[in-house]
Amino acid sequence: MALDKNGIAKRIAQELKDGYYVNLGIGIPTLVANYIPEDMEVILQSENGLLGIGPFPEKGKADPDLINAGKQTVTAVKGASFFDSATSFAMIRGGHIDLTVLGAFEISEKGDIASWKIPGKLVKGMGGAMDLVASAKNIIVATTHTDKKGNSKLLKECTLPLTGVSCVKRIVTDLAVLDVTENGFKLIERAPGVSTEEIKEKTEGNLIIEGDIPEMKI
Amino acid sequence: MNKVVKNAEEAVKGVKNGMTLMFGGFGLCGIPENSLKALAASGIKDLICISNNAGVDDFGLGVLLRDRQIKKMIASYVGENKEFERQFLSGELEVELNPQGTLAERIRAGGAGIPAFYVPAGYGTEVAEGKEVREFNGKMHLLEKALTADFAFVKAKYGDYAGNLIYNNTANNFNNMMATAGKITVAEVEELVPTGELDPNQIHTPGIFVQRIFQGTDYEKRIEFETVR
Repeated sequence: MALDKNGIAKRIAQELKDGYYVNLGIGIPTLVANYIPEDMEVILQSENGLLGIGPFPEKGKADPDLINAGKQTVTAVKGASFFDSATSFAMIRGGHIDLTVLGAFEISEKGDIASWKIPGKLVKGMGGAMDLVASAKNIIVATTHTDKKGNSKLLKECTLPLTGVSCVKRIVTDLAVLDVTENGFKLIERAPGVSTEEIKEKTEGNLIIEGDIPEMKI
Repeated sequence: MNKVVKNAEEAVKGVKNGMTLMFGGFGLCGIPENSLKALAASGIKDLICISNNAGVDDFGLGVLLRDRQIKKMIASYVGENKEFERQFLSGELEVELNPQGTLAERIRAGGAGIPAFYVPAGYGTEVAEGKEVREFNGKMHLLEKALTADFAFVKAKYGDYAGNLIYNNTANNFNNMMATAGKITVAEVEELVPTGELDPNQIHTPGIFVQRIFQGTDYEKRIEFETVR
């Protein structure tokens, strides 16, 4: 069965390592914070100027001067620091962030990503996504495998305006874990109960299947 | 050194139609509420506004947008503003969207006297259109130019008469760089104290960057998305 959003987040949490500095994007990526293993220290960065994001505040304790990049009220963990936006992007651009997790509208088999603009529809802006994808050492995309109409989001070429080129390394969807390789999307794991046939059918870009593909352990 | 002005009305004196203005803040966090209100009341128009976001429909920069005082926005993320989207899609408002880190660095560079610099963000995207591309260390980069402004409006938690500023938590964001990039930088603070009362070790923005400072009033400090456990 396909994973729900929390399932995708749980699988991505397995990619974390002790001591990692991680930037989580808005949406499914944010949920990864709920599944950090307890024996692991992972520091979450927010590009508006916080290293060490804590849980949401208790009711009545929200501080308007303490928000995350999604503009939600948050808290800061012990040992956190605050800084300006230029310093924040020095962390990102300078390669100091170990892992970036973000959402996407489309990903191409070459690792291009489109995540910020649908022409003629919504105008939001790229925010920090272009900086993150251009500089992160390791990028994981968290997304559903298909859009609401059932069209594949894993394409030969992106059709929407790009956020970055040849930058995505790994994709975790509701159906599979895939790596971007020179020859296309390499299937690494299947969601529990999901067949390789279904993944093949729902992947428009080149899909590489080598041997038996194991199921994710969630 | 005394840079104190009486209030927001006095602080925005000299802002004229067609000027380029910077506004600190991320979303509604750390925005110069008092200066924004005074500018909205002034009716000054054809402004070029540099700000990470564009406020919400009835608060912050959203009010200047609603009253058609803004000709062009230079920003990075404007998702929370319907009026912005309408004016942009209809072509009434000129918009230049920047990757957020590029925007921050363009402002930092402007204040630091660096006219242009290379960054990887935006290579291969529509942001790269018309920009010089150059390879460094096997990676492609874009030439980005510095930003400065006629006036920069920033907001801090504490400030002294000499213009030294201390920000609070994530309300620092774009304020610290913008303070350096205005020909005239106007700081509004929640608590204005006599010179000498702030610990020099804790100052974020040294007073040299600030030309006018005033005690803000009636801070609303609106929260965009109150999220609790």
